[in-house]
Amino acid sequence: MAAILELRAVKAFYGQSEVLHGIDLVVEEAGMTVLLGANGAGKTTTLRAICGMVRSEGAILFGGHRLERCTTEQIAGFGVAHVPEGRGTFIGLTVEENLRIGGYTAAGRPDEKIQLMYGYFPILAQRRRQQAGALSGGEQQMLAIARALMMSPRLLVLDEPSFGLAPRVVEAIFAIIERIRREQQVSVLLVEQNASLALEMADRAYLLETGYVVSSGSAKMLADDPQIRRSYLGY
Amino acid sequence: MHQLLQQVFSGLAAGAIYASLALALVMIYRATDLVNFAQGEMAMFSTYIAWTLVNAELPFWAAFVITLAVSFVGGMLIERIVIRPVENAPILTAVVVTIGLLLIFNATAGWIYSYTLQEFPSPFPDRPLFGALMTTRDMGVIAVTLVMLVALFCFFRFTATGLAMRAAAQNPESARLSGINVGRMLALGWGFAAAIGAVAGIMVAPVLFLDPNMMSGVLLYAFTGALLGGITSPVGAVIGGLIVGVTENLVGTYLIASQLKLTVALILIIIVLVFRPNGLFGTAVVRRV
Repeated sequence: MAAILELRAVKAFYGQSEVLHGIDLVVEEAGMTVLLGANGAGKTTTLRAICGMVRSEGAILFGGHRLERCTTEQIAGFGVAHVPEGRGTFIGLTVEENLRIGGYTAAGRPDEKIQLMYGYFPILAQRRRQQAGALSGGEQQMLAIARALMMSPRLLVLDEPSFGLAPRVVEAIFAIIERIRREQQVSVLLVEQNASLALEMADRAYLLETGYVVSSGSAKMLADDPQIRRSYLGY
Repeated sequence: MHQLLQQVFSGLAAGAIYASLALALVMIYRATDLVNFAQGEMAMFSTYIAWTLVNAELPFWAAFVITLAVSFVGGMLIERIVIRPVENAPILTAVVVTIGLLLIFNATAGWIYSYTLQEFPSPFPDRPLFGALMTTRDMGVIAVTLVMLVALFCFFRFTATGLAMRAAAQNPESARLSGINVGRMLALGWGFAAAIGAVAGIMVAPVLFLDPNMMSGVLLYAFTGALLGGITSPVGAVIGGLIVGVTENLVGTYLIASQLKLTVALILIIIVLVFRPNGLFGTAVVRRV
Protein backbone atom coordinates (compact mmCIF):
# COMPACT_ATOMS: atom_id res chain seq x y z
CA MET A 1 0.00 0.00 0.00
CA ALA A 2 1.28 3.42 -0.91
CA ALA A 3 1.39 6.15 1.70
CA ILE A 4 -0.92 9.12 1.11
CA LEU A 5 0.48 11.08 4.04
CA GLU A 6 3.93 10.76 5.52
CA LEU A 7 5.50 12.65 8.41
CA ARG A 8 9.29 12.49 8.74
CA ALA A 9 10.92 13.73 11.93
CA VAL A 10 8.26 16.39 12.42
CA LYS A 11 8.72 18.85 15.24
CA ALA A 12 6.03 21.35 16.17
CA PHE A 13 6.17 24.49 18.25
CA TYR A 14 3.85 26.71 20.26
CA GLY A 15 5.80 29.94 20.33
CA GLN A 16 9.31 28.96 21.40
CA SER A 17 8.48 25.69 23.10
CA GLU A 18 8.79 22.45 21.19
CA VAL A 19 5.87 20.11 21.79
CA LEU A 20 6.49 17.44 19.14
CA HIS A 21 10.02 16.08 19.13
CA GLY A 22 10.40 14.39 15.76
CA ILE A 23 7.37 12.31 14.84
CA ASP A 24 7.37 9.70 12.04
CA LEU A 25 3.96 8.68 10.84
CA VAL A 26 2.29 7.14 7.78
CA VAL A 27 -1.31 7.06 6.59
CA GLU A 28 -1.90 4.57 3.81
CA GLU A 29 -4.05 5.06 0.73
CA ALA A 30 -7.68 4.32 1.69
CA GLY A 31 -6.45 3.23 5.12
CA MET A 32 -7.31 4.35 8.59
CA THR A 33 -4.60 5.36 11.02
CA VAL A 34 -5.34 6.13 14.64
CA LEU A 35 -3.33 8.26 17.07
CA LEU A 36 -3.61 7.24 20.70
CA GLY A 37 -2.23 8.78 23.81
CA ALA A 38 -3.07 10.58 27.03
CA ASN A 39 -4.05 14.23 27.23
CA GLY A 40 -1.11 16.44 26.34
CA ALA A 41 0.69 13.71 24.40
CA GLY A 42 0.62 15.82 21.22
CA LYS A 43 -2.17 14.15 19.24
CA THR A 44 -4.07 17.31 18.41
CA THR A 45 -0.82 19.15 17.81
CA THR A 46 0.17 16.50 15.24
CA LEU A 47 -3.10 17.11 13.40
CA ARG A 48 -2.65 20.87 13.64
CA ALA A 49 0.87 20.59 12.24
CA ILE A 50 -0.41 18.60 9.26
CA CYS A 51 -2.92 21.37 8.50
CA GLY A 52 -0.47 24.23 8.91
CA MET A 53 -2.06 25.57 12.08
CA VAL A 54 1.13 25.44 14.15
CA ARG A 55 4.74 26.08 13.17
CA SER A 56 6.51 22.84 12.30
CA GLU A 57 9.86 21.51 11.09
CA GLY A 58 10.72 18.29 9.29
CA ALA A 59 8.84 16.96 6.28
CA ILE A 60 5.09 16.50 5.90
CA LEU A 61 4.48 14.87 2.53
CA PHE A 62 1.07 14.71 0.92
CA GLY A 63 0.50 14.03 -2.78
CA GLY A 64 3.82 15.59 -3.81
CA HIS A 65 3.29 18.67 -1.61
CA ARG A 66 5.41 19.72 1.36
CA LEU A 67 2.61 20.68 3.74
CA GLU A 68 4.90 22.24 6.34
CA ARG A 69 5.53 25.04 3.85
CA CYS A 70 1.88 25.66 2.94
CA THR A 71 -0.92 27.72 4.45
CA THR A 72 -3.95 26.09 6.01
CA GLU A 73 -6.26 27.08 3.14
CA GLN A 74 -3.80 25.72 0.55
CA ILE A 75 -3.63 22.41 2.40
CA ALA A 76 -7.42 22.25 2.44
CA GLY A 77 -7.33 22.88 -1.30
CA PHE A 78 -5.03 19.87 -1.79
CA GLY A 79 -7.76 17.63 -0.38
CA VAL A 80 -7.06 17.42 3.36
CA ALA A 81 -10.32 17.84 5.27
CA HIS A 82 -9.79 18.47 8.97
CA VAL A 83 -12.65 18.28 11.46
CA PRO A 84 -11.07 20.14 14.37
CA GLU A 85 -11.55 19.81 18.09
CA GLY A 86 -14.85 21.48 18.90
CA ARG A 87 -16.10 20.59 15.42
CA GLY A 88 -15.61 24.02 13.80
CA THR A 89 -19.32 24.51 13.20
CA PHE A 90 -20.42 27.87 11.79
CA ILE A 91 -23.09 28.24 14.45
CA GLY A 92 -24.71 31.36 13.00
CA LEU A 93 -25.23 29.82 9.55
CA THR A 94 -27.84 27.28 8.55
CA VAL A 95 -27.04 23.60 8.21
CA GLU A 96 -27.16 23.83 4.44
CA GLU A 97 -24.92 26.91 4.38
CA ASN A 98 -22.39 25.00 6.49
CA LEU A 99 -22.37 22.28 3.86
CA ARG A 100 -21.98 24.83 1.06
CA ILE A 101 -18.88 26.21 2.78
CA GLY A 102 -17.48 22.69 2.78
CA GLY A 103 -17.95 22.66 -0.99
CA TYR A 104 -16.18 26.00 -1.41
CA THR A 105 -12.93 24.62 -2.86
CA ALA A 106 -14.26 21.50 -4.55
CA ALA A 107 -15.01 21.49 -8.25
CA GLY A 108 -18.48 20.75 -9.53
CA ARG A 109 -21.95 21.69 -8.36
CA PRO A 110 -22.41 21.50 -4.58
CA ASP A 111 -26.11 20.61 -4.79
CA GLU A 112 -25.56 17.01 -5.82
CA LYS A 113 -23.02 16.48 -3.08
CA ILE A 114 -25.33 18.06 -0.53
CA GLN A 115 -27.98 15.49 -1.50
CA LEU A 116 -25.38 12.74 -1.08
CA MET A 117 -24.64 14.02 2.45
CA TYR A 118 -28.35 14.10 3.27
CA GLY A 119 -28.34 10.45 2.21
CA TYR A 120 -25.59 9.64 4.72
CA PHE A 121 -27.09 11.83 7.44
CA PRO A 122 -30.88 12.07 7.00
CA ILE A 123 -31.22 14.12 10.21
CA LEU A 124 -29.31 16.97 8.53
CA ALA A 125 -31.85 17.06 5.70
CA GLN A 126 -34.60 17.56 8.26
CA ARG A 127 -32.69 20.41 9.85
CA ARG A 128 -31.30 22.01 6.71
CA ARG A 129 -32.82 25.46 7.33
CA GLN A 130 -31.99 25.59 11.04
CA GLN A 131 -29.14 27.51 12.57
CA ALA A 132 -26.30 25.02 13.03
CA GLY A 133 -25.74 26.22 16.59
CA ALA A 134 -29.14 24.83 17.54
CA LEU A 135 -28.17 21.25 16.65
CA SER A 136 -27.36 18.69 19.33
CA GLY A 137 -23.75 17.64 19.85
CA GLY A 138 -24.15 14.46 17.82
CA GLU A 139 -25.88 16.30 15.00
CA GLN A 140 -23.13 18.91 14.98
CA GLN A 141 -20.53 16.16 14.73
CA MET A 142 -22.40 14.68 11.77
CA LEU A 143 -22.58 18.13 10.21
CA ALA A 144 -18.84 18.60 10.74
CA ILE A 145 -18.06 15.28 9.03
CA ALA A 146 -20.48 16.04 6.22
CA ARG A 147 -18.94 19.49 5.80
CA ALA A 148 -15.50 17.90 5.54
CA LEU A 149 -16.73 15.33 3.01
CA MET A 150 -18.18 18.14 0.88
CA MET A 151 -14.54 18.97 0.07
CA SER A 152 -14.22 15.60 -1.72
CA PRO A 153 -11.11 15.02 0.38
CA ARG A 154 -8.41 12.43 -0.19
CA LEU A 155 -7.58 12.50 3.51
CA LEU A 156 -10.08 12.99 6.31
CA VAL A 157 -8.56 14.18 9.59
CA LEU A 158 -10.80 13.69 12.62
CA ASP A 159 -10.00 15.04 16.07
CA GLU A 160 -11.96 13.08 18.68
CA PRO A 161 -15.26 12.72 16.86
CA SER A 162 -16.70 10.89 19.89
CA PHE A 163 -15.99 13.74 22.31
CA GLY A 164 -18.94 14.46 24.59
CA LEU A 165 -21.35 12.16 22.76
CA ALA A 166 -23.52 9.34 24.03
CA PRO A 167 -22.15 5.83 23.26
CA ARG A 168 -25.00 5.05 20.89
CA VAL A 169 -24.38 8.23 18.90
CA VAL A 170 -20.66 7.43 18.80
CA GLU A 171 -21.39 4.00 17.35
CA ALA A 172 -23.64 5.51 14.67
CA ILE A 173 -21.02 8.07 13.71
CA PHE A 174 -18.22 5.51 13.51
CA ALA A 175 -20.39 3.21 11.41
CA ILE A 176 -20.89 6.03 8.94
CA ILE A 177 -17.19 6.92 8.90
CA GLU A 178 -16.39 3.30 8.12
CA ARG A 179 -19.02 3.19 5.36
CA ILE A 180 -17.79 6.42 3.79
CA ARG A 181 -14.22 5.21 3.89
CA ARG A 182 -15.15 2.08 1.94
CA GLU A 183 -17.50 3.79 -0.52
CA GLN A 184 -15.40 6.85 -1.28
CA GLN A 185 -11.91 5.36 -0.83
CA VAL A 186 -10.94 8.23 1.44
CA SER A 187 -8.04 7.79 3.87
CA VAL A 188 -8.64 8.64 7.51
CA LEU A 189 -6.36 9.92 10.25
CA LEU A 190 -8.12 9.70 13.57
CA VAL A 191 -7.41 10.94 17.07
CA GLU A 192 -9.57 9.11 19.54
CA GLN A 193 -9.88 8.68 23.30
CA ASN A 194 -11.99 5.58 22.91
CA ALA A 195 -9.00 3.32 22.20
CA SER A 196 -10.77 -0.03 21.93
CA LEU A 197 -13.25 1.28 19.36
CA ALA A 198 -10.51 3.05 17.43
CA LEU A 199 -8.20 0.02 17.34
CA GLU A 200 -11.05 -2.12 16.13
CA MET A 201 -11.62 0.13 13.12
CA ALA A 202 -8.11 1.25 12.22
CA ASP A 203 -5.42 -0.65 10.34
CA ARG A 204 -2.44 1.29 11.71
CA ALA A 205 -1.95 2.81 15.13
CA TYR A 206 0.55 5.13 16.80
CA LEU A 207 0.92 5.70 20.51
CA LEU A 208 2.14 9.15 21.51
CA GLU A 209 3.63 10.15 24.84
CA THR A 210 4.81 13.70 25.60
CA GLY A 211 5.62 14.50 21.99
CA TYR A 212 7.26 11.20 21.01
CA VAL A 213 5.95 8.13 19.19
CA VAL A 214 6.53 5.38 21.75
CA SER A 215 4.85 2.54 19.90
CA SER A 216 3.55 1.97 16.40
CA GLY A 217 2.42 -0.81 14.13
CA SER A 218 -0.70 -2.54 12.94
CA ALA A 219 -3.77 -1.79 15.01
CA LYS A 220 -4.05 -5.47 15.86
CA MET A 221 -0.49 -5.56 17.18
CA LEU A 222 -1.07 -2.58 19.46
CA ALA A 223 -4.38 -4.00 20.65
CA ASP A 224 -2.57 -7.19 21.69
CA ASP A 225 0.31 -5.42 23.43
CA PRO A 226 -0.20 -6.15 27.15
CA GLN A 227 1.13 -2.80 28.29
CA ILE A 228 -1.14 -0.85 25.96
CA ARG A 229 -4.04 -3.00 27.01
CA ARG A 230 -3.41 -2.15 30.63
CA SER A 231 -2.90 1.58 30.10
CA TYR A 232 -5.40 2.41 27.37
CA LEU A 233 -7.88 -0.42 27.05
CA GLY A 234 -8.32 -1.16 30.71
CA TYR A 235 -8.23 -4.95 30.68
CA MET B 1 -50.05 66.48 10.32
CA HIS B 2 -48.70 67.42 6.93
CA GLN B 3 -45.62 68.96 8.48
CA LEU B 4 -45.09 65.90 10.65
CA LEU B 5 -45.16 63.57 7.65
CA GLN B 6 -42.82 65.87 5.79
CA GLN B 7 -40.37 65.70 8.65
CA VAL B 8 -40.67 61.93 8.84
CA PHE B 9 -39.87 61.55 5.14
CA SER B 10 -36.94 63.91 5.20
CA GLY B 11 -35.80 62.04 8.31
CA LEU B 12 -35.96 58.81 6.35
CA ALA B 13 -33.79 60.30 3.61
CA ALA B 14 -31.19 61.35 6.16
CA GLY B 15 -31.65 58.01 7.92
CA ALA B 16 -30.93 56.13 4.69
CA ILE B 17 -27.52 57.77 4.60
CA TYR B 18 -26.86 56.95 8.26
CA ALA B 19 -28.04 53.42 7.56
CA SER B 20 -25.50 53.00 4.76
CA LEU B 21 -22.63 54.19 6.88
CA ALA B 22 -23.87 52.14 9.84
CA LEU B 23 -23.87 49.10 7.58
CA ALA B 24 -20.27 49.81 6.62
CA LEU B 25 -19.36 50.01 10.32
CA VAL B 26 -21.13 46.73 11.05
CA MET B 27 -19.41 44.94 8.16
CA ILE B 28 -15.99 45.81 9.49
CA TYR B 29 -17.01 45.13 13.07
CA ARG B 30 -18.22 41.66 12.20
CA ALA B 31 -15.16 40.84 10.14
CA THR B 32 -12.47 42.22 12.44
CA ASP B 33 -14.19 43.02 15.79
CA LEU B 34 -13.15 46.59 15.26
CA VAL B 35 -15.04 49.87 15.16
CA ASN B 36 -13.58 51.74 12.20
CA PHE B 37 -13.41 55.34 13.36
CA ALA B 38 -12.01 56.31 9.96
CA GLN B 39 -15.17 55.17 8.16
CA GLY B 40 -16.56 58.71 7.90
CA GLU B 41 -13.32 60.26 6.69
CA MET B 42 -12.86 57.46 4.16
CA ALA B 43 -16.34 58.29 2.83
CA MET B 44 -15.47 62.00 2.77
CA PHE B 45 -12.32 61.30 0.78
CA SER B 46 -14.28 59.16 -1.68
CA THR B 47 -16.71 62.04 -2.11
CA TYR B 48 -13.82 64.35 -3.02
CA ILE B 49 -12.79 61.84 -5.68
CA ALA B 50 -16.33 61.94 -7.07
CA TRP B 51 -16.27 65.75 -6.90
CA THR B 52 -13.01 65.87 -8.85
CA LEU B 53 -14.42 63.57 -11.51
CA VAL B 54 -17.65 65.56 -11.82
CA ASN B 55 -15.64 68.78 -12.14
CA ALA B 56 -13.68 67.08 -14.92
CA GLU B 57 -16.99 67.10 -16.84
CA LEU B 58 -17.70 63.39 -16.36
CA PRO B 59 -21.40 62.47 -16.27
CA PHE B 60 -22.58 62.14 -12.68
CA TRP B 61 -23.31 58.41 -12.72
CA ALA B 62 -20.03 57.60 -14.46
CA ALA B 63 -18.23 59.50 -11.70
CA PHE B 64 -20.36 57.62 -9.16
CA VAL B 65 -19.37 54.20 -10.49
CA ILE B 66 -15.68 55.08 -10.84
CA THR B 67 -15.64 56.46 -7.30
CA LEU B 68 -17.18 53.27 -5.94
CA ALA B 69 -14.59 51.16 -7.75
CA VAL B 70 -11.68 53.34 -6.57
CA SER B 71 -13.03 53.30 -3.01
CA PHE B 72 -13.40 49.51 -3.10
CA VAL B 73 -9.77 49.05 -4.13
CA GLY B 74 -8.70 51.73 -1.64
CA GLY B 75 -10.51 49.96 1.19
CA MET B 76 -8.81 46.68 0.33
CA LEU B 77 -5.42 48.39 0.25
CA ILE B 78 -6.03 49.98 3.65
CA GLU B 79 -6.77 46.54 5.10
CA ARG B 80 -3.64 45.03 3.52
CA ILE B 81 -1.23 47.83 4.38
CA VAL B 82 -2.47 49.32 7.64
CA ILE B 83 -4.84 46.92 9.39
CA ARG B 84 -3.23 43.52 8.71
CA PRO B 85 0.01 44.30 10.58
CA VAL B 86 -2.02 44.93 13.76
CA GLU B 87 -4.36 41.99 13.20
CA ASN B 88 -3.11 40.11 16.23
CA ALA B 89 -2.31 43.15 18.32
CA PRO B 90 -4.51 44.18 21.28
CA ILE B 91 -7.80 45.74 20.18
CA LEU B 92 -6.80 49.21 21.42
CA THR B 93 -3.83 49.20 19.04
CA ALA B 94 -6.15 48.60 16.11
CA VAL B 95 -8.54 51.29 17.34
CA VAL B 96 -5.70 53.78 17.55
CA VAL B 97 -4.71 52.82 14.01
CA THR B 98 -8.20 53.66 12.73
CA ILE B 99 -8.10 56.98 14.59
CA GLY B 100 -4.75 57.63 12.93
CA LEU B 101 -6.37 56.88 9.58
CA LEU B 102 -9.12 59.35 10.42
CA LEU B 103 -6.55 62.11 11.00
CA ILE B 104 -4.55 61.17 7.90
CA PHE B 105 -7.59 61.30 5.62
CA ASN B 106 -8.86 64.51 7.17
CA ALA B 107 -5.53 66.29 6.90
CA THR B 108 -4.78 64.96 3.43
CA ALA B 109 -8.16 66.11 2.15
CA GLY B 110 -7.62 69.55 3.70
CA TRP B 111 -4.16 69.73 2.18
CA ILE B 112 -5.29 68.76 -1.33
CA TYR B 113 -8.73 70.35 -1.46
CA SER B 114 -8.55 73.02 1.30
CA TYR B 115 -11.07 73.41 4.10
CA THR B 116 -13.48 75.66 2.21
CA LEU B 117 -17.00 74.38 1.59
CA GLN B 118 -17.57 73.09 -1.93
CA GLU B 119 -20.90 72.72 -3.63
CA PHE B 120 -21.64 69.15 -4.68
CA PRO B 121 -24.20 68.47 -7.40
CA SER B 122 -27.19 66.25 -6.72
CA PRO B 123 -28.12 63.81 -9.45
CA PHE B 124 -31.78 64.25 -8.60
CA PRO B 125 -33.92 67.28 -9.44
CA ASP B 126 -35.45 69.09 -6.47
CA ARG B 127 -39.20 68.86 -7.07
CA PRO B 128 -42.04 68.31 -4.59
CA LEU B 129 -43.62 64.88 -4.61
CA PHE B 130 -46.93 63.51 -3.28
CA GLY B 131 -48.43 66.94 -2.55
CA ALA B 132 -45.15 68.29 -1.15
CA LEU B 133 -44.84 65.45 1.38
CA MET B 134 -41.32 64.80 0.17
CA THR B 135 -38.96 65.91 -2.56
CA THR B 136 -37.68 63.94 -5.53
CA ARG B 137 -34.24 64.42 -4.04
CA ASP B 138 -35.16 62.63 -0.81
CA MET B 139 -36.86 59.96 -2.88
CA GLY B 140 -33.70 59.54 -4.96
CA VAL B 141 -31.50 59.13 -1.89
CA ILE B 142 -33.84 56.54 -0.41
CA ALA B 143 -34.03 54.68 -3.74
CA VAL B 144 -30.24 54.54 -4.19
CA THR B 145 -29.83 53.25 -0.65
CA LEU B 146 -32.51 50.62 -1.14
CA VAL B 147 -30.97 49.37 -4.37
CA MET B 148 -27.60 49.11 -2.67
CA LEU B 149 -29.02 47.25 0.32
CA VAL B 150 -30.88 44.76 -1.86
CA ALA B 151 -27.76 44.19 -3.96
CA LEU B 152 -25.68 43.59 -0.83
CA PHE B 153 -28.28 41.29 0.65
CA CYS B 154 -28.36 39.19 -2.52
CA PHE B 155 -24.58 39.08 -2.64
CA PHE B 156 -24.24 37.80 0.92
CA ARG B 157 -27.22 35.49 0.71
CA PHE B 158 -26.85 33.89 -2.70
CA THR B 159 -23.20 33.91 -3.83
CA ALA B 160 -20.40 31.56 -2.80
CA THR B 161 -18.07 34.50 -2.09
CA GLY B 162 -20.71 36.17 0.08
CA LEU B 163 -21.16 32.99 2.07
CA ALA B 164 -17.40 32.57 2.39
CA MET B 165 -17.14 36.13 3.74
CA ARG B 166 -19.78 35.40 6.37
CA ALA B 167 -18.02 32.16 7.30
CA ALA B 168 -14.64 33.90 7.58
CA ALA B 169 -16.11 36.56 9.85
CA GLN B 170 -17.77 33.98 12.07
CA ASN B 171 -15.12 31.31 12.52
CA PRO B 172 -11.83 32.20 10.80
CA GLU B 173 -10.02 29.00 11.80
CA SER B 174 -12.74 26.70 10.54
CA ALA B 175 -13.06 28.81 7.37
CA ARG B 176 -9.34 28.28 6.68
CA LEU B 177 -9.76 24.55 7.17
CA SER B 178 -12.49 24.69 4.54
CA GLY B 179 -10.05 26.26 2.10
CA ILE B 180 -11.26 29.85 2.40
CA ASN B 181 -8.57 32.52 2.18
CA VAL B 182 -9.63 34.48 5.25
CA GLY B 183 -7.22 37.37 4.64
CA ARG B 184 -8.71 37.93 1.20
CA MET B 185 -12.23 37.91 2.69
CA LEU B 186 -11.26 40.54 5.27
CA ALA B 187 -9.80 42.71 2.52
CA LEU B 188 -13.00 42.29 0.51
CA GLY B 189 -14.99 43.34 3.58
CA TRP B 190 -12.99 46.55 3.87
CA GLY B 191 -13.46 47.14 0.16
CA PHE B 192 -17.22 46.78 0.47
CA ALA B 193 -17.32 49.01 3.54
CA ALA B 194 -15.35 51.72 1.75
CA ALA B 195 -17.64 51.55 -1.29
CA ILE B 196 -20.78 51.67 0.85
CA GLY B 197 -19.31 54.65 2.67
CA ALA B 198 -18.65 56.34 -0.67
CA VAL B 199 -22.34 56.01 -1.56
CA ALA B 200 -23.27 57.60 1.76
CA GLY B 201 -20.80 60.45 1.23
CA ILE B 202 -21.98 61.18 -2.30
CA MET B 203 -25.62 61.15 -1.20
CA VAL B 204 -25.08 63.45 1.78
CA ALA B 205 -22.70 65.93 0.13
CA PRO B 206 -25.37 67.91 -1.81
CA VAL B 207 -27.14 68.57 1.50
CA LEU B 208 -24.20 69.26 3.80
CA PHE B 209 -21.75 70.74 1.25
CA LEU B 210 -18.39 69.13 0.84
CA ASP B 211 -15.55 69.85 3.24
CA PRO B 212 -13.04 67.63 5.07
CA ASN B 213 -15.14 67.66 8.26
CA MET B 214 -18.39 66.86 6.48
CA MET B 215 -18.76 63.34 7.82
CA SER B 216 -17.94 63.83 11.50
CA GLY B 217 -21.58 64.39 12.47
CA VAL B 218 -22.83 61.78 10.03
CA LEU B 219 -20.45 59.18 11.48
CA LEU B 220 -21.81 59.86 14.96
CA TYR B 221 -25.39 59.33 13.76
CA ALA B 222 -24.33 56.22 11.85
CA PHE B 223 -22.55 54.88 14.92
CA THR B 224 -25.71 55.49 16.96
CA GLY B 225 -27.72 53.64 14.32
CA ALA B 226 -25.32 50.70 14.31
CA LEU B 227 -25.37 50.53 18.10
CA LEU B 228 -29.15 50.80 18.21
CA GLY B 229 -29.36 47.92 15.76
CA GLY B 230 -26.94 45.90 17.84
CA ILE B 231 -23.54 46.52 16.13
CA THR B 232 -23.39 42.93 14.80
CA SER B 233 -26.61 42.95 12.79
CA PRO B 234 -26.66 44.34 9.23
CA VAL B 235 -30.46 44.51 9.25
CA GLY B 236 -30.30 46.16 12.65
CA ALA B 237 -27.84 48.75 11.36
CA VAL B 238 -30.19 49.74 8.55
CA ILE B 239 -33.26 49.96 10.77
CA GLY B 240 -31.24 51.69 13.49
CA GLY B 241 -29.94 54.24 10.99
CA LEU B 242 -33.46 55.00 9.77
CA ILE B 243 -34.76 55.36 13.34
CA VAL B 244 -31.93 57.74 14.18
CA GLY B 245 -32.65 59.82 11.06
CA VAL B 246 -36.33 60.19 11.82
CA THR B 247 -35.81 60.78 15.55
CA GLU B 248 -33.15 63.38 14.94
CA ASN B 249 -35.37 65.23 12.49
CA LEU B 250 -38.50 65.18 14.65
CA VAL B 251 -36.72 66.15 17.85
CA GLY B 252 -34.87 68.91 15.97
CA THR B 253 -38.14 70.25 14.58
CA TYR B 254 -40.44 70.04 17.56
CA LEU B 255 -38.43 69.82 20.75
CA ILE B 256 -35.06 71.52 20.58
CA ALA B 257 -33.12 73.92 18.41
CA SER B 258 -31.65 72.14 15.40
CA GLN B 259 -28.13 73.16 16.49
CA LEU B 260 -28.56 70.72 19.36
CA LYS B 261 -29.56 67.79 17.14
CA LEU B 262 -26.25 66.02 17.55
CA THR B 263 -26.97 65.74 21.26
CA VAL B 264 -29.88 63.47 20.36
CA ALA B 265 -27.45 60.95 18.95
CA LEU B 266 -25.31 61.03 22.09
CA ILE B 267 -28.33 60.64 24.35
CA LEU B 268 -29.54 57.72 22.24
CA ILE B 269 -26.13 56.05 22.58
CA ILE B 270 -26.32 56.37 26.35
CA ILE B 271 -29.90 55.03 26.47
CA VAL B 272 -29.00 52.03 24.31
CA LEU B 273 -25.87 51.20 26.29
CA VAL B 274 -27.66 51.46 29.63
CA PHE B 275 -30.94 49.73 28.86
CA ARG B 276 -30.26 47.44 25.90
CA PRO B 277 -26.54 46.91 25.31
CA ASN B 278 -27.29 44.26 22.66
CA GLY B 279 -29.36 46.76 20.69
CA LEU B 280 -32.63 45.91 19.00
CA PHE B 281 -31.35 43.05 16.84
CA GLY B 282 -27.99 42.08 18.31
CA THR B 283 -29.32 39.02 20.09
CA ALA B 284 -26.78 36.37 20.98
CA VAL B 285 -26.51 33.48 18.53
CA VAL B 286 -28.16 30.28 19.73
CA ARG B 287 -25.47 28.01 21.06
CA ARG B 288 -25.76 24.56 22.52
CA VAL B 289 -22.75 22.82 23.94
